This record gives sequence, C-alpha cells and structure tokens, in this order.
Amino acid sequence: MRHLVPEFEKLKERYPAGFEASLVLPCLRRIQEDRGFVAEEDIVGLVDYLGVPRIQVEEVLSYYTMLRRKPIGRFHLQACRNIACSMRGAEGVVGYLRKRLGIGPGETTPDGRFTLSVVECLGSCGTAPVVMVNEAYHEDMSLEKLDRLVDELAAAGEGK
Amino acid sequence: MPGRQLIMNFEVTPTSHTLEAYRARGGYATLEKALTTMQPVDITKEVTASGLLGHGGAAFPVGRKWAVMKPGSDETHYLCANADEGEPGTFKDRWILENAPHLLVESMLIASYALGVRNAFVYIRGEFDLPYRRIQGAIDEAYAAGLLGAKLHGTPFELDIVVYRGAGSYVCGEASGLITSIEGRKPYPRNRPPRLTVRGLYQKPTVINNVESLANITGIVRMGAEEFRKVGTAKSPGTQLISISGHIAKPGVYEVEYGYPWARFLDEDCGGMLHGAKMKCIVPGGISTKVLTRAEIEPLMLSHESVNPAGSGLGSGGMIVIAEGTCMVRLLQVLLRFYHHESCGQCTPCREGMGWMHRIIDRIVAGQGVPEDIDRLYAISEANDGTTICGMGDAAGYATVGILNKFRDEFEYFIANKRSKCDGRLECLA
Repeated sequence: MRHLVPEFEKLKERYPAGFEASLVLPCLRRIQEDRGFVAEEDIVGLVDYLGVPRIQVEEVLSYYTMLRRKPIGRFHLQACRNIACSMRGAEGVVGYLRKRLGIGPGETTPDGRFTLSVVECLGSCGTAPVVMVNEAYHEDMSLEKLDRLVDELAAAGEGK
Repeated sequence: MPGRQLIMNFEVTPTSHTLEAYRARGGYATLEKALTTMQPVDITKEVTASGLLGHGGAAFPVGRKWAVMKPGSDETHYLCANADEGEPGTFKDRWILENAPHLLVESMLIASYALGVRNAFVYIRGEFDLPYRRIQGAIDEAYAAGLLGAKLHGTPFELDIVVYRGAGSYVCGEASGLITSIEGRKPYPRNRPPRLTVRGLYQKPTVINNVESLANITGIVRMGAEEFRKVGTAKSPGTQLISISGHIAKPGVYEVEYGYPWARFLDEDCGGMLHGAKMKCIVPGGISTKVLTRAEIEPLMLSHESVNPAGSGLGSGGMIVIAEGTCMVRLLQVLLRFYHHESCGQCTPCREGMGWMHRIIDRIVAGQGVPEDIDRLYAISEANDGTTICGMGDAAGYATVGILNKFRDEFEYFIANKRSKCDGRLECLA
C-alpha cells in the first residue's frame, strides 16, 4: 500500500485532524481496487500509516461485505436475490450461473476466471433481475442475455 | 405523468447530468439568490414553512431537524446527504445521483449555507458505481467552475463536499449508523438522545438528510414555500419519487404529486399488472412497510394522510407489486433472510431474533414447520418492537406481521401440507 500514500495524504486533508480513523474504509477500498484484495502487509502498513489500533482496521475489514482478505476470480459475478429480483427470475439466474460455471456462491472457478456471489438488494429493482460484473450493473437479465454475457467474459478471459 | 414534477422536470439525455446542461435549465441561479439576498435563517424559515417531509422513510419534517442547528455559533457543523440507498424496492436516490447530481450539489450548498456547515459529505452505498461517478463528477465540475470551494459569489461562505463510499451494509442507511461508519467503525447505530443535530459526526451537530429531501431544497428556495405548498396536499406538500418494481408492466422511478389516486397511478401511469395478472397485494414504501391488498388501496390517495390510517406508510417510496399466485411464505423467507443477513449484531433482540425468524421460515419452507411456528413468528416480532436501538428490529417485525395477518392461511396450508398453496412461485408467469 506504500505507493498509495501520496493519494491518501490528499484525502487526509479533507477530514478534521485527529480523526484519521475515517480514512480506514476509503483506504481499504483503494487498496482492494489496486491489489484485488487486502493483504496482511496492507493491514500492517495502514495501521502504521494512520496510527490507529489494528483492531479498528480488522473491524472494518470484517464487517463490510465488499471487503475481502483473499483474492477472487478475474470476473466477480454478483447476482441479487432480494425480493424484486426474485420476483423477476433471480432464482433462475443463480441456478443458471451455478450450472454454467460449475461453482456455488462464494466459490471461484479452478482457472481463476469467475467468482460467483449471491447478494442482497443492489438498488436496481426496476430493472430486475440484476447481476453485477465487477463494478458494472447488468440489468433486466434474461437467461439468453446471461448466456451471451458469460460467453463474452469467457472470451475476454482468453485474451489475458 | 402522475401530477406536477419538481425534480424529474427535464428530459434525460446522455448529457443532461452535466454542469452545462444543468445551467441551461437555470441551475445554480438559486444558490446565487440564496447567498446574495438571503440570510441563513431565512432559508431555514422557508424550508420549515414549506412543510417538506423527509424522503428517507420516516417522513420527519426537514425544517424541524434543521431548526435545532445553530449556524451562528463557532462550533463546527456537518451535513451528510444519505445516499446509502438500500431499502429493498427503493432505487430513486440512484435516479437523482445519476441524472440530476448538480441539483443535489446546489441543494447541499444552499443547505450548508443555511445550517452554518463548511464540510459536507455524501455517503453513498458501496455498490453504486455509475451514481458515484456522476456525483463525484458533478462535484469536480462545480469546483472547476468556482461553485464549490472558498469565497462563493464574493461572500465569505465556503464549502467542501466529500463523497464517502460505503462497502456493503444496510445499517449504514440508518442516520447514526452512517456517521459511525464515516468515523471508521462498523455502523452500530447510537441511542438518542442526544440527537444527531446536537451531537453527531465527530461529536458535532450534524444534519443527515436523504438525497431526495435535499434535492427539494433548491426548488423550495427558488419558488418560495408558498408556491411549493401549492403542489401536493396540505398535509403532504410537494411530490414523492416512487420506485416501483415487481409484477408491474412498467417498473421504474416516477415522480408523483401527493394526493394522486393510487389505483390510477398503478393502472394508467405504470401500465397495469405484468402479463395482465391480478394484483394480490402491494408493498407501499420499502419492505419495512406493511403490505396492503388491492381492495385496501382502491380508495386511497398517494399521500401520508391517506395511507397512514390504512395501517401502512409511503416510507421510502419503494413500491413492490405482487401478483395473485405469488407464494407469500417464500416471499417472507426472502425478506427474513435479508434482515438476518443485515442485522449489525449490536442489540440482542435483533441479532438473535432475526436468526430465529429466518430459521423458522426456512423450516416451514423445507416442509418441517409446526403449527406453533406462526405464533413464534408473531411473538418474536412483538418482542423486537421497540427493544432495539435502531428501527431495523421493529421493521422486520412489521413486515412479518403485515404478511401473517393477511395471508395466514397460506402459512397454515404450507405447514399442514408441506407444500406451497401457490406452487412456491415468486415470479409472475405470462
């Protein structure tokens, strides 16, 4: 995380002095964006840089569902299964992804290409069902659209 | 469109969210008016007189929240826009963030001037990517154009707006959970008093308003409270953004003038039911509000004074339409799984109660329910009511009791026959 410190310094200026803990979440997000997950050395580095107790970093890291301490696949597929999506076919979406990828929620394909997660409301109920691929929302998903999407991602993965 | 429009009153194009387009619509003229011709107290008076009710779910009068602040004092004050939109069925703040980010920025500037705030935050849910880029983009544009920063319009007023991104947690939408999150901890809500307007973020007076509530400020200051009150009803002034989803032909975000007939909104504006199905019931304003049947909503208007006496509420405006044939047992299972997943774990009744309820409903759906399970769900809901720091424990109970009261027969059938009375379907078939 050391190379991100100049960025963190700029962020720090916008918070009142003495409340460095406010930077824990934004810094962890940035570290994860950079590395793909938060490593032990990042935790140690952040504790040292911010001067906060290690437990504070651990607390944030373990509570928020989007933060992770282990690497995941190149494409993170997150299917919403909350009420509106379930009413528009989310169960079929999850079932399809399980079958097509051969993995269950929380698992990664052996080639490291896909990770599947099942999540709660993503705030996209009007265009349900929704599947997130990394940062992007894919809305109004039919099984046909899903099929094409996974094809495209698989092809993109080949070119890596 | 269902009545007059105050927020969605422009055509959405690929560039309508930009500063240039916003200015062409008269954007930032109200900020200049406020800074150069009005005192902070005049603005708060105007907002109070407008009768604007909060749009986060509780419909608390915005002016009453603001009136607690002391803009003239030396103490630091904070403003947070609550963009942690996560109540299932609700996606209207996302519309504002994506399509009218400058309206939020201008409103936050005016609100900050009124409240004596120099540092404001937008707390946005972690999964929102485009909405984040749009609001951050608008803030960057405003800085570059000299609309944010120091000495605005030649006055001593200055403001910095920081966008704080969450990382996946429903409880962060609760105002005190939100500030605890900004302070760098898990978002445990806090007991009141003290109110957050007395001791909030970093122990300083803090106003937390929903994105849609804030978005109304510019219009109120531009047209004046008297004109604003000509829209809507006497007790529910203005409009509400309704996010509608589920088994409806045309889901999406609609701006509804308070007082508009509910049935007409569904049948005409939203195109009626999906696949011409019959309506079984509707969630009026986010899953924490009690479901109403079609017969119950038939005579109602979309206003707080019309919906509240029916035993429910417009809440966050997250409306979910449910067709005949939908299995209410499995629907409740989805809701209880959600509440269990999102309980922060601070208060025992919610932490344990959500788990119990989730396991009971799972057992019923697995065909292993017993008749007493229905009473148990009632008992846990009642035990949670009012015994937790935030409203989540109560809300899960309201949602559960709302469904049990109206569809008890489906639960009894499921337990007795070990299968759904409605094929276990959640989807509406063509």
